[in-house]
Amino acid sequence: MTPAQTKSVRDAGVLVALIGLGLIMLIPLIWTVMLSLKSNGDLLRSTANAFHAPYTGENYAAIMQNSQVLHWLFNSVIVSGLTTLGVLILSSLAGYGFARLDFPGRDKLFLFVLFGLAIPEQAVIITRHQLFSALHLHNSFPGLILPGLAAPFGVFLMTQYFRAIPKELDEAALLDNASKFRVFWQVLLPLTVPAQATLGIFTFLSSWNDYWWPLISATRADMFTLTVGLASSQINFAQTSGLGYLMTQAVFASVPILIVYILFQKYIVKAVSGAAVR
Amino acid sequence: MTAVARKKADWSNAMFVAPFLFVYLSLLIYPLLSGMVLSLFKADLFGGREFVGLENFSRLMRDDIFLQAVSNTFYFVLLTVPPLTVIPLILALLLNRTTRVAAFFRGVFFSSSVLSVTIVTLIWRMILMADGGFITNIRAFFGLPAIPFLSDPNLVMISMAMITVWWCLGLPMMLYLSALQQVPRDIYEAAELDNSSWWRTLVFITLPSLYRTVVLVAIFQVVLQFQLFGQPQLITQGGPNGASRPIVLFIFEVGFRRWDIGYAAAASQILFVLILIATVVQYFVTRKRAK
Repeated sequence: MTPAQTKSVRDAGVLVALIGLGLIMLIPLIWTVMLSLKSNGDLLRSTANAFHAPYTGENYAAIMQNSQVLHWLFNSVIVSGLTTLGVLILSSLAGYGFARLDFPGRDKLFLFVLFGLAIPEQAVIITRHQLFSALHLHNSFPGLILPGLAAPFGVFLMTQYFRAIPKELDEAALLDNASKFRVFWQVLLPLTVPAQATLGIFTFLSSWNDYWWPLISATRADMFTLTVGLASSQINFAQTSGLGYLMTQAVFASVPILIVYILFQKYIVKAVSGAAVR
Repeated sequence: MTAVARKKADWSNAMFVAPFLFVYLSLLIYPLLSGMVLSLFKADLFGGREFVGLENFSRLMRDDIFLQAVSNTFYFVLLTVPPLTVIPLILALLLNRTTRVAAFFRGVFFSSSVLSVTIVTLIWRMILMADGGFITNIRAFFGLPAIPFLSDPNLVMISMAMITVWWCLGLPMMLYLSALQQVPRDIYEAAELDNSSWWRTLVFITLPSLYRTVVLVAIFQVVLQFQLFGQPQLITQGGPNGASRPIVLFIFEVGFRRWDIGYAAAASQILFVLILIATVVQYFVTRKRAK
């Protein structure tokens, strides 16, 4: 065979392997969608019914009328949105401070913040839960949002980004007697938009998918996020007669985050690469 | 005067880092330190508190449920980290091209990573459950009996590992892809001029240049998989007979179901130390890479 032929044979082999692996990846998702399109009664007789017609959209119609699921969606949007906004503000301010300004103990303080990267959420949960009990913050939006703001990763990322911006830019502005805050706000911050997008999408995704803290803090159904709400729906899984409806909830909960993923794919890739270098 | 004034260390500059530090100290550092203190007490929810020294820790060492949870966690890490290091590497090698097909498959393999654990467990229950799951249906079609993936103590952790590999392989794949982008082009051009075969290029050029990323991915996954919680908590509640209960589920049950919070805090310290060790190793590996 000529080298060109060898190459095309190899490419075909790669494609076949990818299709096989891709199917393993997608079958669980396809199966979920198929189940969600069946009536609950049909599935109660046998889930094998999902392999063939009749399919129905009744579960989707039902979910649009389920005010509780829509309420959880609303809670998730508020919690993830405000967490993201808060992280961006705190990390940008701190990043500028650590990268550009001098104050006593700065470098030690920065190392101290980096140490936070090694603290798992699970290790602080008992006393954090007690703290929030004492402050009466459980089952409230501040209670769900605040822990997400103590994220050292954002500070690390923004500090690195500010350090990479040429110093001449802000020095020129400072010589013009602009205040440090104005230099930060008007000169440097606009240059950090790519980092803001990366950090923003990373924070939004992890906040949207967070299960651990809302499970412990939100104990009232009206304060559940979508993630915890969906968990509460599966608790009586073995007894459920609404299998199709349950699967519809899974699809419904996946759609917003898959849309975010498709829209911001480019930044997600950057965010995950950034997360590794931390 | 500005040049001199700017150089001088100035307390007012710390205002920029103060808001974050306040949140960081009160919501991460304070709970960490007070958790360490709490682990030395016998404490319950109603404020009862008695100093017991290291009694909680020696109780942990005698607690069969905790020891089982520790060994389950290590077993799970052992089951997931090798496939999560190798499979994404293979995928990245296959997908490291600029075609649309490659972009499509990158999207496919990453898509599961954006789903929350509650969605993932719901989906996989419908695949694995012995009564009406996808695999059972397929096997029944060929006249084969169902496999008790979730109720057999010997299979349940393997099932959890399968779910987790499916869920988590997107991120390491992306890390490998971005590392592959950084291998200098001219090395490959030189290899091509030398008529180096595809296989030789892979073994002698591509893989050695990925070495550090492989180590990094492996440690990153160790840290991540030590924190296993949602998959068993949602699917099996740690059963059957505790065969799928990891450390974090133990902490959750002791702390928030039995409200034995001093004891739960002690178990948290052990988890913290385990993860700290892995993170310190990761820090040194990353630092070497930066040099």
